[in-house]
Amino acid sequence: MTPEPNRALDVAALPSFGFGHRSLTWWGLQGIVAIEATVFALAIGSYLYLATHAARWPPTEELPDPIWGSLNTAILLASAWPNQIARRRAERYDRRSAQRWMLVCLAFAVVFIVLRVFEFRSLGCRWDSSAYGSIVWMLLGLHTVHLVTDTWDTAVLALVCYTRPFETRRFVDISENAVYWYFVVASWLPIYAVIYWLPRW
Amino acid sequence: MKALASTPVRRNSVPPTPEDRALLDATWRDPPGFRGWCMAVNHKSIGRRFIITAFVFFAAGGLLAALMRWQLAVPDNHVLGPDTYNQIFTLHGSTMMFLFAVPVMQAVAVYLLPLTLGARAIAFPRMNAYAYWVYLFGGLLLFAGFVFDAGPDAGWFAYVPLSGPEYSPGKRVDYWAQLITFTELSALLEAIIIVTTVMKLRAPGMTLTRMPLYAWAMLVTACMVIFAMPAVMFASTALLLDRLVGTEFFNPGEDGEPLLWQHLFWFFGHPEVYLIFIPGLGFMSAIIATFARRPIVGYVPMVLSLVATGFLAFGLWVHHMFATTLPDAGKDIFTISSMLIAIPSAVQIFCWIATLWLGRLEFRTPLLFVLAFFVILVLGGLTGLQLASVPLDLQLHDTYFVVAHLHYVLIGGAVFPLFGACYYWFPKFTGRLLDERAGRWHFWLWFVGFNLSFFPMHLLGLDGMPRRVYTYPAEMGWGTLNLLATAGAVLLAAGVLVFGGNVLRSLRHGERAGPDPWRGGTLEWATESPPSPANFDALWVVHSAYPLWDPQPMARVSGLATSHREVLVTTPGVARPDTRVIFPDPSPWPLAAALATAVLFVGSIYTPWAVVWAMIPVAATLTAWFWPSARETAEHLDVERAP
Repeated sequence: MTPEPNRALDVAALPSFGFGHRSLTWWGLQGIVAIEATVFALAIGSYLYLATHAARWPPTEELPDPIWGSLNTAILLASAWPNQIARRRAERYDRRSAQRWMLVCLAFAVVFIVLRVFEFRSLGCRWDSSAYGSIVWMLLGLHTVHLVTDTWDTAVLALVCYTRPFETRRFVDISENAVYWYFVVASWLPIYAVIYWLPRW
Repeated sequence: MKALASTPVRRNSVPPTPEDRALLDATWRDPPGFRGWCMAVNHKSIGRRFIITAFVFFAAGGLLAALMRWQLAVPDNHVLGPDTYNQIFTLHGSTMMFLFAVPVMQAVAVYLLPLTLGARAIAFPRMNAYAYWVYLFGGLLLFAGFVFDAGPDAGWFAYVPLSGPEYSPGKRVDYWAQLITFTELSALLEAIIIVTTVMKLRAPGMTLTRMPLYAWAMLVTACMVIFAMPAVMFASTALLLDRLVGTEFFNPGEDGEPLLWQHLFWFFGHPEVYLIFIPGLGFMSAIIATFARRPIVGYVPMVLSLVATGFLAFGLWVHHMFATTLPDAGKDIFTISSMLIAIPSAVQIFCWIATLWLGRLEFRTPLLFVLAFFVILVLGGLTGLQLASVPLDLQLHDTYFVVAHLHYVLIGGAVFPLFGACYYWFPKFTGRLLDERAGRWHFWLWFVGFNLSFFPMHLLGLDGMPRRVYTYPAEMGWGTLNLLATAGAVLLAAGVLVFGGNVLRSLRHGERAGPDPWRGGTLEWATESPPSPANFDALWVVHSAYPLWDPQPMARVSGLATSHREVLVTTPGVARPDTRVIFPDPSPWPLAAALATAVLFVGSIYTPWAVVWAMIPVAATLTAWFWPSARETAEHLDVERAP
């Protein structure tokens, strides 16, 4: 191996960021999504395992009231729309609009968290009443943790964008922030079905 | 806010000038002093710490094993009481599995992967530092618990109902459950870091089919961690909740199901065996190629076997549960899949044998450790096939036969290659070779000591000696074999002492290694030993799997910033240069965030409210970590350029 001094591959002209799988952020995020999707799948699997082994499931007549959960599902599905716009605007380098839409996303998330409190109250069971109560609280709790985390992420990112000198790589952050929110939305749908509709089926 | 004056951007030329080098060193070095030590993010600083910590835990786990062997050396012994013995075997298993075997493999990768891939740094360097601190605090928690008589005592797999609130009152099992949370959090973060590094930071031209087999092994391992570890975190969280707030996941009286624990645990636990030993396979491929002086035979079958092993490892977990009341048809399926995984393992072994057969062998210490793998792992694999058969498993379940089997697999499959890797890469880490004569002593003490210690356990198991008993009566006739096993443990301990002495002595007085003492073929040998803070003065462009053995000279990358922490990102498949991104500066916040995380985890052993109030410092430190300083922003603005 003798390096030949004249042969060089010059990279000075390359861009300093790229969207989607061109960015390291995307890869990190996909890893986190894979891990958390596995956790959700295991939690749902545990629900089914416990349900098939119990004499009676749910153990009492009282089923979770689907009103708040359904309302929340509608809000969550609707929230994909501002996220999509924020993402599009970021990918078109439209800074002001992307930032503003991020605030809309944040508003949706906050409304959702408030309604989540009512959801917990309408479950109709306590976590320590039976294994059924435990796994239902676990499912809803796990999803809530993701919701709160992503809301905080969005808030911090919005604050950075508004208060610090703007770096163009923040466009990637705004775009990936929306992708993570899609995961929060998508993972909710099976959990919603399991908590509210499986016992009625 | 006013922006700082920006730094003039300097870029490297080819060939690199002394000025390039000086700037790169200044840019990539961790800050000096204790403060700098707390802020370090360079993958080599973190990797070195990680490796040393993992070996300290290995020594601690080994001491616990030695205590057990002392206790079992003769019948009716009373060196340890039953309660202490329970804590010690639990701590030994938990330490070796959660604080040594998985972390040490990731630790070596943290140091080595960027070098073998020809990169400036590891992906997400601050997260890497955070993962190290979290791991360290988890380990300290476990041993602190032991010192204060809260050492877990329900076995390393903490089966319910024994580990549940009814049969294990007190806080012992909670310490175990939080140890899991700490170490698995760390391992999961490292897995993300490893996948991203392998997919995005490879040298230009290093296509997936030219990537070192070691990098493939770590990629497969990291993917397995991502899908396996969540199961044990979920399970240990449910256990903690059962114990702390009265949930009923595992309580059969309230529709809970103890077997759910075993499913969740082994859904993680079986892949874990493979994710301990697949990095070992990566070491094997690196060491065998170098000491046989030729490329590994069958690159594609090797890679496919690694990937196949990764998938099949997820279909075996029930073979740990053959002694439970599962349907027989289910057990048959798992017997078949347990037999099936022998195929990819055999393909790899045959490829290595072919490589050794066709190569010109140099019998240096690393190769000796690798050759021992063939004997020991194959024996462990064969007993594994026996245990995969349900009737035999029912007979041997929970006996010393299983103890023998698992040590043959894990020590033969992971620890022997790991020691080989230590001798092989020590010169890269330190600039000096380990002493060859002491290395041979270490090897023979371990090879003889290992077999002397663990082979008799097969016979003890066939004779019916159960696992986890603190003593046994003389009339059982198990005394002689146990004494032999203890004698073997003495040799193993002596081997570790020789190794430790060799390391300490060679750090000062070892023969100087130079960049490439073994004439290796992969990129880590194309830089000095130990590598400079930026790894390479100018990145290499590669054209084959063993670029240093190519007849044609390698080209180099120019135009990457030397004044800023700029890293070249390439495309995932063919490693075409794609973007140049700025990596973060050293920061105290990963350590602060890890401390806050530790407060949350330890607090939640005692009160569920810790999850709420300790969330505040965690969120605050993570936010401070992310928050860009004026200097960082100015640096980013210096070099930014939109696509």
